[in-house]
Amino acid sequence: MSLNMFIQHFINALGLGSLYGLIAIGYTMVYGILRLINFAHGDIFMLGAYFVYFATIHFKLPWGVGVVLAIAGATLCGLLVDRIAYRPLRSAPRISALISAIGVSFFLENLATVVFTGMPRAVVQPPWLMHPIPVRGIRLIPLGLMVPVISFLLVAGLLWIVYRTKPGLGMRAISFDIETTRLMGVSVDKIIALTFALGSALAALAGIMWALRYPRVEPFMGVFPGVKAFIAAVFGGVGSIPGAMIGGLALGFVEIMSIAFFPTLSGYKDAFAFVLLIVILLVRPTGLMGEKLEEKI
Amino acid sequence: MRKVLLAAMVCLLAAGGAFAADDVIKIGFYNCLTGQNAFGGQLELEGTQLALAEIPEVLGKKIELVVVDNKSDKVESANAVTRLIERDKVSAIIGTYGSSLAMAGGEVAEAAKIPVMGTSCTNPLVTLNKRYYFRACFIDPFQGAGGATYAVKTLGFKKAALLVDVANDYSVGLNNFFKQAFVKLGGEIVSEMRYNSGDQDFTAQLTEIISKKPDMVFLPAYFAEGAIVLKQARELGATFRFMGGDAMDNPEVVTLGGEAVEGFLHTTFAYDPSMKDMNPVAQKFTESWKAAYPDKDPNVNAALGYDAYILLIDAIRRAGSADPEKIRDALEQTKDVPTVTGLTTMNATHDAEKELGIVEIRGGKKQFIGIVTPEA
Repeated sequence: MSLNMFIQHFINALGLGSLYGLIAIGYTMVYGILRLINFAHGDIFMLGAYFVYFATIHFKLPWGVGVVLAIAGATLCGLLVDRIAYRPLRSAPRISALISAIGVSFFLENLATVVFTGMPRAVVQPPWLMHPIPVRGIRLIPLGLMVPVISFLLVAGLLWIVYRTKPGLGMRAISFDIETTRLMGVSVDKIIALTFALGSALAALAGIMWALRYPRVEPFMGVFPGVKAFIAAVFGGVGSIPGAMIGGLALGFVEIMSIAFFPTLSGYKDAFAFVLLIVILLVRPTGLMGEKLEEKI
Repeated sequence: MRKVLLAAMVCLLAAGGAFAADDVIKIGFYNCLTGQNAFGGQLELEGTQLALAEIPEVLGKKIELVVVDNKSDKVESANAVTRLIERDKVSAIIGTYGSSLAMAGGEVAEAAKIPVMGTSCTNPLVTLNKRYYFRACFIDPFQGAGGATYAVKTLGFKKAALLVDVANDYSVGLNNFFKQAFVKLGGEIVSEMRYNSGDQDFTAQLTEIISKKPDMVFLPAYFAEGAIVLKQARELGATFRFMGGDAMDNPEVVTLGGEAVEGFLHTTFAYDPSMKDMNPVAQKFTESWKAAYPDKDPNVNAALGYDAYILLIDAIRRAGSADPEKIRDALEQTKDVPTVTGLTTMNATHDAEKELGIVEIRGGKKQFIGIVTPEA
């Protein structure tokens, strides 16, 4: 393999991996705080992509406005999901909330099929984002560079919120013990709502980036990236925000590089990714960056 | 009281059903109305509905079309056929887009002995050793050989790369038939890359293919994925031509792919609204389509949806009965029936024998190039 080709593969992997990471950080943040695997994350992702599609193509709004509106819309949906499907189950066993999350996921997918129809729709990408810049035989597209930058900025921003702000303190307290946090006079429901709002905004942003990169929206578009992001989150250690980013990048690199180095086995790229996941979990059961779980007695 | 009411309602419904069976012939229709392949399935439904509006009755009985969605999913496809047979008691079935889906549905119909007229399922396995599955389309060995003939003889391509969806029976089959014919005609395969249905990122496979410098890439994909592949290829700086099969024949290819699909070639059925000399059925179909759907062009899926209905009605008329077994026997005798995609004859393996066309996308529009006769 020539050096140029390797660099091209590297850039492709960085683009794909940071997209996985972008979806995974929202996933992992909600899990880290509530210990709830929010299966509806992939569907909020899908809603974000649809909203930006309608805003920019049907209502002909500029991209900037469309993105803001889409994130706001998806955040609102995330808050509604929390209020209707999760909040009443706050004191129920964790498995009930999990089942509720799966229900919400199916509901949103089928609602989208009814409302938006099952037909995939074409997203029109802004040309300046897609125009390739050839650098000595290597093709860079601005979007491919933008996604990693945005993802890294978001990881930094999230870490700042969780570790340096007052609501963040509340979030960390909730992750230890909801009841005690409530007794300390913290408005638990508000903090949890904020967590879902943040998670949904992240999902929507990831959905928008995904729709820009792979310009097609359809009701089930969130299922497959959602699963991949979940794997990335487990890979990096569920609950760890930098871990999710690293997990996403690792997954992207394994997928692309397995094809780059073993072109004849290109049909098995998912198998490579899963084998690596199993190996990592055997060696480090809590994932790459996962904290050690201590059994509470 | 409630029980009595319920019983009365059940009796009424049963009576209604029995009554309806006398002067109505029920035809089932299963296809991808939602999900991955909805673009194709929806067009086939619209084609069939257009034909239904033109021929609303046969043998003096009204035809009722029972439409079921298979959600582009193999399991749902088998369920859809079961539902049509067991609940709706249809005499015959039309469908579906997607060879994998047709195979799943075909097993059920075969066991229940209900004839099915396939629309655009072109993999040979769909009708192989099946007594009850027929189709209005030609099959992939013919199509793959035709594509290879055009690529080698007319365009002079010598080196081809392949990009195939290993989770899709249609894609795997068509890929093999193209490969065999291309090599037989003196061409060389420089790379064969694979992906799985649902993948969105093809950059790794495309980077690998680009490094092998082929003259062309054969892409037996469904159009929604195919258009994304073409886009990513252009982003990576690919300059070679791409060629696909009939599953790429959809107006949305241009919408999804934009400038990236310029120069894209695909084999297809001998119908396109851009054709110069249409047969009378195709002319009539194009006119009534334009009247019914003024804002979109018809394509081969719409045409095959229409043709499948015409072929089925023709068989029912010749059978003189709505008995599934008699319809099946009549379908086997189908000979030179004029359809949108040419005169159709059913061969011994239940596949329609018809001509193969080549389409190229030029200036953001599909252009019908002409008819190809496979040489390998």
